Amino acid sequence: MASQDTQVATAKRDILYWTKAVFIRLGVLPFLLIVAIVVFTLMSDNFLSARNLTNVVRQSVYLMIVSLGQMFALLTGGFDLSVGTILAITSVVGASVMAAIYAGSPDAVALAIAVGVLAGIAAGVFVGVCNGIGVAVFGVSPFIMTLGMSSVGFGIALFLTGGVPVYGMPVEFGEFFGFGLILGIPVPIYAAVILVVLTWLFVNRTRQGRYFYAVGGNVKAARLSGINTRFTLFITYVLCALLAGIAGMLLTARLDTGEANTGASMPLESIAACVIAGVSLRGGVGRVENVALGALFIVLVQNGMNLARIESYLQMVVLGALLILAVIADQLRLRYIAGARD
Amino acid sequence: MTEADKSTEGGSGDGAASPLLETVGISKQYPGVLALDRVDFTLRPGEVHVLFGENGAGKSTLISILAGVQRPTSGEVRFRGARIEIDSVHQARALGISAVFQEFSLVPQMTVEDNLFLGAEILRGGVLDKRAIRARAREIIARLGFPLRPERRVEQLTRAEQQMVEIAKAFRSDLSVLILDEPTASLTDRETEQLFALIDQIKAEGVGIIYITHRMQEIRRIGDRITVLRDGRTVATLDAKTAGDDELVRLMTGRVISELFPRIRFAPGEERLRVEHLTTPKRTVADVSLTAAAGEIVGLAGLVGSGKSEAMRAAFGLDPIVSGRVILKGEDVTGASTRDLLARGLFYIPPDRREEGLVMMRSCRENIALPSLDRPPFSRGVFLDRAGEARKTAELAERMNLQPRRIERAVDFFSGGNQQKVLLARCLTRPVDVFVFDEPTVGVDVGTRAAIYAFIRDLCEAGAAIVLISSDLPEILHLTRRVYVFYRGRVQAELEGAAISEENLLRHFFEREAA
Repeated sequence: MASQDTQVATAKRDILYWTKAVFIRLGVLPFLLIVAIVVFTLMSDNFLSARNLTNVVRQSVYLMIVSLGQMFALLTGGFDLSVGTILAITSVVGASVMAAIYAGSPDAVALAIAVGVLAGIAAGVFVGVCNGIGVAVFGVSPFIMTLGMSSVGFGIALFLTGGVPVYGMPVEFGEFFGFGLILGIPVPIYAAVILVVLTWLFVNRTRQGRYFYAVGGNVKAARLSGINTRFTLFITYVLCALLAGIAGMLLTARLDTGEANTGASMPLESIAACVIAGVSLRGGVGRVENVALGALFIVLVQNGMNLARIESYLQMVVLGALLILAVIADQLRLRYIAGARD
Repeated sequence: MTEADKSTEGGSGDGAASPLLETVGISKQYPGVLALDRVDFTLRPGEVHVLFGENGAGKSTLISILAGVQRPTSGEVRFRGARIEIDSVHQARALGISAVFQEFSLVPQMTVEDNLFLGAEILRGGVLDKRAIRARAREIIARLGFPLRPERRVEQLTRAEQQMVEIAKAFRSDLSVLILDEPTASLTDRETEQLFALIDQIKAEGVGIIYITHRMQEIRRIGDRITVLRDGRTVATLDAKTAGDDELVRLMTGRVISELFPRIRFAPGEERLRVEHLTTPKRTVADVSLTAAAGEIVGLAGLVGSGKSEAMRAAFGLDPIVSGRVILKGEDVTGASTRDLLARGLFYIPPDRREEGLVMMRSCRENIALPSLDRPPFSRGVFLDRAGEARKTAELAERMNLQPRRIERAVDFFSGGNQQKVLLARCLTRPVDVFVFDEPTVGVDVGTRAAIYAFIRDLCEAGAAIVLISSDLPEILHLTRRVYVFYRGRVQAELEGAAISEENLLRHFFEREAA
């Protein structure tokens, strides 16, 4: 009996030890994922079905791509509050251009799609260029710069459309980029996978990728090491806008309209996805693969709450609480790390 | 310890006088560092007690505990024989314990008088009594004999004047213990004499003074007793009048000087770096000219803020240049970018590794490779060569004897000395013709210091030109072939060979009255 008790006690201690070790290494995300899956499986029979999970992955594509961009901003010690606006302006400009060309020459479907997509993304990137110039050249704080640009951009998107959704894009655009399947897998998922892989390669395998971490970790040290810190900050916001723009066009394809109101929740959700994935708000720390998982987690929670028939207003409460919880967990983790240092 | 006790007991007859302030077994633990290890220290009324020790020996930690900035991990503080807990600067001030730190705690946008009474404003009926504040401020300034006007804004004052405001702050209420951390660092000779006269005056009133300085003359001029700290421990307490220089240095470093500093064979060759009439916008550097040749170590000495560091920072493209030229290996590189200068073979190692040197949360590998990511073996084209990077940084960690040798660990988790090794390892990541070391041994233990000196010697003997910027006199005295002494942004003197002596150097540290 006695030996059994001690065995149980050691097993308990081992579990505790490993839990703590995993927490210190990977952060709070693995635990949140397990809890979410268990809870939602219990609450709804459909949750753990292959169809629903594919659905979750497809739905998470847009947030995932925006979060990749947001990660760059966070890595350099800033953030981008204008990602929602970039989504909106991309959607509106892209849809308008596409519809105009398609209306002019109904045979040139491919041309209309290509030019529309490029125009939309270019409009989004332009917002990023403004952010980049403000932050890198004039030293405006990222908070003010991107907050200001989010108002400017949103205003322009509403002004261009008069607040009305833009219709008239070729149906092929939505059919392929929104609902298309290749080998049974939705097209947007391919886009997300390609972008995650490219971003991973860029961040981990190129010089410029390393510079984001150095600039965010210690901008003075980066400068002394001959790194062009201004260019790095500038490119940060351009890349963030590029990714948000791509997400914007994919979402436009899915919705089949250009809307100025898409993406309003993107700043909060993308920052939450990054923070839950262990990206430090102080800059210099964060991993691409974790950010992809973080975005997936947030959509998973939203999907689970939908299936469990939790009202959308309450969902906002849960999302905000999760973000704060993640930051608290990050603080705890830092304390553990400091404690484990000796 | 034994010699300490002996000298204390035998030193003076009034040892029976009850101590004003006393620490008993004070320890302070920071994450990974034991900054103070069971330190006993006593301050008697009416004495100047000098704290002596290397950077990182624990002097600053000790005085910040006494001033209420930090709290000790263990041990106790006694004030007039009674145990006290000092939780805040405010509380320390209420007891009459005031500290003047090197880092000023002034609000630049406020006036002298407002700064003097910040946190202790004189009120009448709940509102500020401006007139009383002005009157009290004038009174304090007059007593100290400082040339200050109470209504001026602090940001318009010179550094020396700001130092005076900082000192005056300590006198706004009744004073029983005054802590001065290198107060003369930015004062002129005359101002220094004024301060010393003041110290004599308040000594007579029974105030105890804790005084941190590196200058031997000051110790003899005003010190009564000296406590030497090393690696967070009290090594000895001596009588200031009888302690010899050699003894103090030996106690401070824990070794004979010849062990600490290597013998360097200088083989001066071609000129590598030439700075001509360099001037920066605020004249922190004014008309500075100097040269450094291959195979020699050139020292830049002077007080903090004298322009010795600023000159090289401007040359390295970190600060703007108004006029003058910087010539590297015969080519004019004035105003070139840091990146360009690195590529051309000039390498500056900053003094504050946390502030400017390292990316604390990233690994040693990434930190070592940082300045050389543009070249093999760290990269090929725009892509990083992760295998080459890992191999080379592991090799450098081995060479620098990094402890523990875990290059994937964040540098934040290493001790100060090992962080410094990571910083120095960068020197070997690319070909460099001129190294500029800015205070390379700040906050490292003695063992690492010796290793760093040996490292610098090796670079020099391998044919590099080395510029050593240092506020540490022994470093300048024992490592350099030529020395430029800076004062207020200018080169005050150039010394060579046997002329490099402590006396000669210090003579130029301060302004000379009417030449």
